[in-house]
Amino acid sequence: MASEATTGRAVFEATGLTKVYHMGEVAIHALRGVDLELHAGELVVMLGASGSGKSTLLNIMGGLDVATEGRLRYRDQELSGASESALTRFRREHVGFVFQFYNLIPSLTARENVAIATDIASNPMRPAEALDLVGLGERMDHFPSQLSGGEQQRVAIARAIAKRPMVLMCDEPTGALDSETGIRVLEVIEHINRELDTTTAIITHNEVIGQMADRVIRLSDGKVSDIQVNEHRRAPSELAW
Amino acid sequence: MRALSIKLWRDLWLQKGQAAAIAAVIGAGVMILVLGATSLAAVRDSQQRFYQDYHFADVFVDLKRAPDHVAERLRAITGVQQVEARVQAPVRLEVEGFDDPVRGLLVSIPDGRQPLVNRLHLREGSLPEPGRADQVLLNEPFAEAHGLRAGDRLKAIINGRLETLSVSGIALSPEFIYQVGPADILPDYERFGVLWMNRRALARAYDMDGAFNHVGLTLQAGAQPQAVIGAVDAALARYGGIGAHDRDDQTSHFFVTENQQRMGVLATVLPVIFLGVAAFLINVLMGRIIRTQRQQIAVLKAFGYGNAEVAGHYLAYAGLIALLGSAFGIALGAWAAGWLAGIYAEYFRFPTWQFRLEPRVLALGIGVAAGAALIGAWRAVARALAEQPAEAMRPPMPESFRRGWLERSHLDRLIDQPTRIILRNLGRHRFKASMSALGIGLSCGLVLLGSYQFGSVNHMMDIQYGKVLLMDVHASFTDPTPARAVAELNALPGVVLVEAYRAVPVRLRVGSREHRTSLRGLEPTPRLNQLLDAAYRPQTLPDDGLAMTRWLAEDLGLRPGDLVEIEVMEGHRRVLDVPLVQLVDEPFGAGAYMERRALNRLLREGPAISGVWLLTDRALEAELFDRLWEHPRVASIGLIAQAEQNIRDYLNETFLGFMGILLLLAATVAFAVVYNNARIAFAERERELASLRVLGYTRAEVAWILIGEMVVLVALAIPIGWLVGTGLAWAANRAMASEMFRLPFVLSPGIYAFSALAVIVAAAASVWLIGRRLNRLDMVSALKTE
Repeated sequence: MASEATTGRAVFEATGLTKVYHMGEVAIHALRGVDLELHAGELVVMLGASGSGKSTLLNIMGGLDVATEGRLRYRDQELSGASESALTRFRREHVGFVFQFYNLIPSLTARENVAIATDIASNPMRPAEALDLVGLGERMDHFPSQLSGGEQQRVAIARAIAKRPMVLMCDEPTGALDSETGIRVLEVIEHINRELDTTTAIITHNEVIGQMADRVIRLSDGKVSDIQVNEHRRAPSELAW
Repeated sequence: MRALSIKLWRDLWLQKGQAAAIAAVIGAGVMILVLGATSLAAVRDSQQRFYQDYHFADVFVDLKRAPDHVAERLRAITGVQQVEARVQAPVRLEVEGFDDPVRGLLVSIPDGRQPLVNRLHLREGSLPEPGRADQVLLNEPFAEAHGLRAGDRLKAIINGRLETLSVSGIALSPEFIYQVGPADILPDYERFGVLWMNRRALARAYDMDGAFNHVGLTLQAGAQPQAVIGAVDAALARYGGIGAHDRDDQTSHFFVTENQQRMGVLATVLPVIFLGVAAFLINVLMGRIIRTQRQQIAVLKAFGYGNAEVAGHYLAYAGLIALLGSAFGIALGAWAAGWLAGIYAEYFRFPTWQFRLEPRVLALGIGVAAGAALIGAWRAVARALAEQPAEAMRPPMPESFRRGWLERSHLDRLIDQPTRIILRNLGRHRFKASMSALGIGLSCGLVLLGSYQFGSVNHMMDIQYGKVLLMDVHASFTDPTPARAVAELNALPGVVLVEAYRAVPVRLRVGSREHRTSLRGLEPTPRLNQLLDAAYRPQTLPDDGLAMTRWLAEDLGLRPGDLVEIEVMEGHRRVLDVPLVQLVDEPFGAGAYMERRALNRLLREGPAISGVWLLTDRALEAELFDRLWEHPRVASIGLIAQAEQNIRDYLNETFLGFMGILLLLAATVAFAVVYNNARIAFAERERELASLRVLGYTRAEVAWILIGEMVVLVALAIPIGWLVGTGLAWAANRAMASEMFRLPFVLSPGIYAFSALAVIVAAAASVWLIGRRLNRLDMVSALKTE
């Protein structure tokens, strides 16, 4: 499977991606020329220390942000230099996001939080179906405040995948969870990747999670420092930290 | 329902207290708008309908006496459509069981038929039968005041003879929508009535056979009233015409129109103020919502919601508050309009009230409220749109604080940490703090505006009846009378003091501006009708030259020393230029004055008088009235105390009723603004306050951070409020000034104290309400990340 994935069609092609932030009078170089391809259906884990540029890369690939320089293609679409509305359309149709702090809308129930995404998608699952996929079919009508952290993250995953996105972007999905709950969340992500063939990128600073990936991409100081191809993906249940 | 809509409703429910407070302010504005617009439309439509259907005259003229054929000449004037020449005369009435003097106006109608102009609307009964001299139609309010119905009887002293009249019917006339006696400004239905009688009988009683003394004309469409007036004056000059005038100077029309103008001012200015405050509050609330929902906005954007959807979501939030407010305002406005219509119906008599809630007005109310919401929400929503989805995923940076002058001074050592937090917060958010102070100040100003009128109205009445009009009784004569009549009247029982005056109708002209009024000749130092200066001290009239009400001088653009053209509408009808030499400050009416003998000279007559003011001994009043009525020259008798009572009743019922509502609304706004402020301050500090609680601060110490901030803001706001309120009151005072009355611009310290107190009470109530939340502050959950 890993070999298939690595040789699969390139979904993302990034060349020389650079991102400079200006914080007051200081210019911060978050990315310094990243070249990278992501392939259809593969699961990659991006590892790096805080400030290595991994979140910035994920944000740019997910259409949340734009690069200062360089090119980024998603399939046949040029994302570098795309307009605000083109990026919005790209996110709406192709990308699902999972965030470290879940970012559920507190005034909506689990089902309604998923509906936020399905309401604007062209061919979504039913919210209940998505919640079943993450094992939360029973807790659909609970508000975020009535769910544990792990459950909230699974709702967030359900929300991300309910529109059947081509790409799933996960920013530290286990960062706020204990290891046992984290592994359950990773199982769900792995399950989705396998079942729906969704190209999945997970950002983490936890080396162990790299073992479940097809490829591990390491970033440091705004550059890709190493790409490691795993012969065999390990199941999340086999991981421990 | 879409998930985003569900979020909308849930968010709204979460902020229900603040949303309701803002909706109440919007409601207040919309209510006044609906109330004003509906009442205005009702009066205007009812008036127009009555005028049209009953052929209300366009031009009016009183004259001494002209033979009937002269009316034919008037009919031939270009532009004239219909002419109705009639006889009218003042009359004294006696109604069984009512002892006060009752004045009446007897108006002729053609025998057995309706007049061509100023037709009558019969409420009950019928027109007097042709040829009958003892039948009259009564004006409805007078009939109501005495419980008179068709078939009842009353007595009248017609040209000295006591006659018994039978009521053939009850009617309304477009001429007397607002029915007031001569020289009165308010109706007194018990003491003044209009009666219609067959022309032949009335003419015979007053020796006016084959003649008339009043004409009403309607004009053809497009005719120039001024040209017609000129031609009519020329035609009637030799018959003692006192000058034709158009509707603007017709008493009833004047009052109805002036009232509409006043209502129009209120219906425009007040909603603007309230909706402005509402827009401000929505701005604050939306700003806070969007600040706290940064992450949610980011999620929506990350999932592909476009700017239009995000903007729509938050604008809908503000829009719903506006909708709620306008629904509330429309309901309240419709109710209040019904109430006001009831009061109007007492003062303005139309056959039918065209009172309805027009879709136009509803749309205006909702539209204006939505507009205010949109203006208020726009800035905050624009900020939401500017959020980059990725940027917003990161928590906001800690705000940057600097050491201020306080920290560098020695005072710093005296303040504790919570106080330091208060001061730094206020200092850091200077714009927000000043907007908050401004908002609270605005509400304080509104309370001041709502309450100052009460004091002013009383002050106005005290001036008019305590300093200007000091007589007990006013008696006017049918014709100019030799001044020696004063001695005669002085000898009547109960008379303590007699002061005579001469009054003559004039047109005052300055350039193109013109004003019809009565020029009064007074004693050099009048004692019973004083002429006050700006400090409300009595003035002495100069030997020569003209004095006039300051309002009138301003209306004509005059300053002392300027020349005024006076056209006398009586006797020799002289036109001459007289300098304005003195200004008179009086709250009611628009009068012009001269020394009496100077006026006599100007009129080229001997020492003639038009009426007298009497100071009387109350115990002998009944006997005095009988004797006065016997005097052949006395046309009418008025009781000043009664007039004062009528005015006070009127002001209490209409004006102060309205101001009472305004005050209530202002109090609502004050509470809404202060509560919103406190509530937002609390929400923004919740985590900070919980942290302090965790660190071991007591509830009281934590509460102080909120209360202290409120104290500082309120302390800043009150002077702002006083300033704003004084400005608003001044503007309202100017806008409401009319020929009928001007409120003196008096702001007592009590008014300032009251408006400050209102804000302090609102602040205390808000603190109390929020104190309950403070007690429930959840230290654990408030500290959780997200």
